[in-house]
Amino acid sequence: MNKLRPDLALICDWIKPDSRILDLGCGKGELLAYLATNRGVRGYGLEIDSDEVQACIESGVNVIQADIDEGLRDFEAGSFDHVVMTQALQALQRPDEAIAEILRVGRTGIVTFPNFGHWQVRLALARGRMPITASLPSAWYDTPNIHFCTVADFEALCAQRGWRILDRRLLDRSLRGGWRHRLAPNLFTEVAMYLLQAPRLEGFTA
Amino acid sequence: MVQAVQDPTSVGVVAPRRIGIDAPLPLECGRLLAHHELMVETYGRLNAARSNAILICHALSGDHHAAGFHEGARKPGWWDNCIGPGKPIDTERFFVVSLNNLGGCRGSTGPSTINPDTGRPWGPDFPLLTVRDWVRSQALLADALGIARWAAVVGGSLGGMQVMQWTIDFPERIAHAIVIASAPRLSAQNIAFNEIARQAILSDPDFHGGRFYDHGVVPSRGLMLARMLGHITYLSDAAMRAKFGNELKIATPSFNFDVEFEVESYLRYQGQSFVDRFDANTYLLMTKALDYFDPARDFSNRLDHAFAKASARFLVVAFSSDWRFSPARSREIVKALVDAGREVSYALIESQLGHDDFLMPITAYHDLLRGYLHRVALECEA
Repeated sequence: MNKLRPDLALICDWIKPDSRILDLGCGKGELLAYLATNRGVRGYGLEIDSDEVQACIESGVNVIQADIDEGLRDFEAGSFDHVVMTQALQALQRPDEAIAEILRVGRTGIVTFPNFGHWQVRLALARGRMPITASLPSAWYDTPNIHFCTVADFEALCAQRGWRILDRRLLDRSLRGGWRHRLAPNLFTEVAMYLLQAPRLEGFTA
Repeated sequence: MVQAVQDPTSVGVVAPRRIGIDAPLPLECGRLLAHHELMVETYGRLNAARSNAILICHALSGDHHAAGFHEGARKPGWWDNCIGPGKPIDTERFFVVSLNNLGGCRGSTGPSTINPDTGRPWGPDFPLLTVRDWVRSQALLADALGIARWAAVVGGSLGGMQVMQWTIDFPERIAHAIVIASAPRLSAQNIAFNEIARQAILSDPDFHGGRFYDHGVVPSRGLMLARMLGHITYLSDAAMRAKFGNELKIATPSFNFDVEFEVESYLRYQGQSFVDRFDANTYLLMTKALDYFDPARDFSNRLDHAFAKASARFLVVAFSSDWRFSPARSREIVKALVDAGREVSYALIESQLGHDDFLMPITAYHDLLRGYLHRVALECEA
C-alpha cells in the first residue's frame, strides 16, 4: 500500500483500534483502507464524486455516494465512534450545521480545515487581493471554498455551541507544529485539526 | 448468427436446460409443491472449488435467457450487454446461473404448465408465490448444481428483492449481494400501478377466470394494457419526451381514437409484442409477488433487524432518472444495512431513461459492476 497522506496519518493517532468510523468526503478511501488493514477499523466513506466512488469500490472500501449536507441525516445518533471530515468544512453550505450533525452521529468528530488567519493570507488581503497559497491554491472565482474561517473563528464557534475541544493540532503546510504555532497559532497555522465532542447533556450517558 | 459467434465478448450460442427439483417446496401460502421444474441457462465454467458461481435473478418479465443467442435467434438474452467474456459479469472468471423463476411462463413450472393432478394447465389453481418462495426454489436449484455458496447474487428491480431475501434467508450461502434499482418494499403508488395492471387482465372477457387455455384464447387486450401501463413506469418523463415528443404521426389531427401520436404507437407495439411472449397468469403472479415483498414485516417493520442476520457484503445501485424505484428507495436499503452494521457500498448512476436504465450499458454503471466483481473474482480464486 502507498504511504498514507500525511494529514491522514496524523488523524490516525486519534482513532481507536477496532472502532467504527464514518469518513465524510472520503475521496479514494485511503484513510478507511489504511485503518481497516492496520487498525481493524470498520466503517464507511461518504463521497459525492462518481470517480472517487469508483476508486473506493475498486479498492474494497465501503462507500456511500451522497453529499455531506444531506448524507449525514440518514445516520442514527451515536452510530459511529468517530466521524472524520478533512479539508471540507470550508466548502459546505452550512459548516456549523454539518459539525452539529457530525457530533450527533459520532461520539467524537475530527475536523480539519485551512486556517484563513495565516500571515500569508493576511498579507495578500493587506495588499488588497484574495490569497493564493499552497494550501489555498484556487482563484477566488473558481474555488470550491465558500466559508473560510480562522483558528480563532472556529474556536469561538465551538465555545458558542458548547462543543468540547478534546485535542487540537495546529500545523504548517509540512504538517509540523513548533514554537511559533504555540505563540501565535492564528498567525502561523496553515492546517488546523480538531478532535471534538458534543456538549455533555443532562442525563446523557455515552 | 455467425456474427454473434465471432463476437469475442458474447457467450455465443446457448441452450437452456430443464432441471427437475424433487425436494418438496413448502410455500408461504401454506401449500406444498412436491416437485417442480426450472429452466436454466449457465455461462462460463464452475471452478474446482465450486466457489465462482453467480446467480442472476430476473425482474418482472425476465427469464433464464440472460446472455448469448438461442440457435437461429437474432436477439440476444436480456442482459447480454453485461454478461459475457470480458464483460462486467465476466464469464471467463465466473460460472453464471440464470433461471426462469417458479411460476414463470418460459418453461419453468407455472400457471401455463400442466398440473400433474388434473392433466390440464394449472391456470388459477397455481399457488401465488412470494420472493421468499423463489429464493427457496433457487436454493434447491443451487443444491442440484452442487453450489454451496454463491460468490454473488445479482438482480435488478424485482431481481434485487430476491437478492435481499437471499441475504436474510440463507446468509451462509451468499458472499456478495448486488441489489440494483430495487426497493425494500413497494409504495402504495407502486401497488396501485400493479392493481390497475391486474384489473386490466382480470376484466378481459377472454381471461375466463384464468382458465383461458381451456377456451383456446388469451386475454390479449388485458395483458397488452397491463404492459402498456408498466412501460410508462419504466421510462422517465424526459426519456419519453426525447423519444416521442408529442409528435403527431400524421400532418393534422384526425379527431378519432386511432393511433395518432408516436407514443401511442410505441406503447401499442410494446403491449402487443408482450402478449406474444408472456402469460397473463404469470403476470398476475409476478405483480403479487412484488406487492407482497416486505422483508421487514416479520421483524416488527424494522428492515435493519431483518438484515441483522445477513453476512454478505452489499453493493446497492440506483439510477438518477428512475422514479419507479427511485434512489430514495435504495437509500432506505442502505440506511437499514448501515444501522444493522453490515458491509455496504451505494452508488448513484446518472441516467436518462428511467427504471429501464438498469438494463442499459451505461459506462459508469458497468465500470462499477466490473470494479466490484473484479474483487469478488480475486476472493474466489484465493
